[in-house]
Amino acid sequence: MSSATTVTESGAGEVPRRRLGWHVATLVEARRENATARTLVLDVPGWPGHLAGQHADVRLTAEDGYHAQRSYSIASAPDRERVELTVQMVDDGEVSPYLVDDFAPGAAIELRGPVGGWFVWRATSTEPVLLVGGGSGVVPLMAMIRTRRASGNRAPFRLLYSVRSPEDVLYAQELRPAHDGVDVTIAYTRRAAEGVSRPAGRLTAADLSSWGWPADFAPQVFVCGPTGFVEAMADALVALGHDAQRIKTERFGPTGG
Amino acid sequence: MELPPGQYLTRDFPVLSAGPTPRIPLDRWELSVTTETGTVHRWSWPQFTALPTESPTVDLHCVTKWSKLGTSWEGVSLDVLFENVETAADYALITSYGGYTTNLPLEDLLDGQAWIAHRYEGDELDPEHGGPARLLVPHLYLWKSAKWVRDIRLSFEDERGFWESLGYHNYGDPWREQRYDGD
Repeated sequence: MSSATTVTESGAGEVPRRRLGWHVATLVEARRENATARTLVLDVPGWPGHLAGQHADVRLTAEDGYHAQRSYSIASAPDRERVELTVQMVDDGEVSPYLVDDFAPGAAIELRGPVGGWFVWRATSTEPVLLVGGGSGVVPLMAMIRTRRASGNRAPFRLLYSVRSPEDVLYAQELRPAHDGVDVTIAYTRRAAEGVSRPAGRLTAADLSSWGWPADFAPQVFVCGPTGFVEAMADALVALGHDAQRIKTERFGPTGG
Repeated sequence: MELPPGQYLTRDFPVLSAGPTPRIPLDRWELSVTTETGTVHRWSWPQFTALPTESPTVDLHCVTKWSKLGTSWEGVSLDVLFENVETAADYALITSYGGYTTNLPLEDLLDGQAWIAHRYEGDELDPEHGGPARLLVPHLYLWKSAKWVRDIRLSFEDERGFWESLGYHNYGDPWREQRYDGD
């Protein structure tokens, strides 16, 4: 089989070729992030490790043998045997209501992965990084921030995080305005936090210009969120002069669950 | 209606792509088939849209697990594009505007199994869904149906495309749940 690749990012071809099997994942701890999202800390013996930005497939099996599968972004830095997923409840969802409300410590699901070798940030990289997240699209970006911290990497990071209101913010304790070389800007779309001067509203090209990196810095850019958000942000970044080849996107459809 | 294993039904049309949506002006749009001997067959937008079209109604299965049933498209069958293409190749590598690539056996593109689609549900195809024109190969996972298609290169050798180089299955049959390498 040819190993030729058209992907220009160096190292992209390093994704190992191996069969992805299902692992038993036992819930160790769960953290409520907001009214509709919960982080699941899973113990996964045999987990091969992952790169920041990758996701995992979850499989639930009902008593009658019916399976349901969904993909969730991994929120944690790479670790053998420990994987954290942050699951956003989807209305009428088949899987997420169980994972957010009912899945209890000691119980197990099946996990397969890691999946996706494109939307990843590698801790060996030293280039500036611009992270642009909308809603639960911040989850894989958080994995990048955590991986940077865990590895002692000093690459300059900026995060622009678009979220409806202060109550909706994921990882609120960790996402301080500036800590440890990561600049964090939270843009509220419906109701801003007290003391925040930016009026509530969607992220704009002006916001990207003010709070992101200039295109001259040639940052690696990661954009994740609902489709409309990603389309708007990616178009604005290209218009601001960022190289389309350096903008990686991951989109969450409106459905799922 | 039975779904392929591990899939669930959606009524929306989610978008999956790896980067910004390319915008291709129609006066600069071109579709080509490049054979293993280097012969290039080209169609401009007016030439392409003058070809006879078909209106397939097909089910879509995305590797991210959603399936959407009964979607209506209009496009040109690959059998029409290949009418005057002489080739002995076994494989095709599709290249898109924006740089995306995907690979599949040539036989999966022929015999009424694949189209270059430029209309969706009666309207022009939106750029975010691959407009002005995308490949449509509904019997494989949707990443094989390259958006913004620009060239089909024929070869004796199977060269892996974008997702196929990043851990996804080389063939991608949803009914055999060939999501990732080794499935």
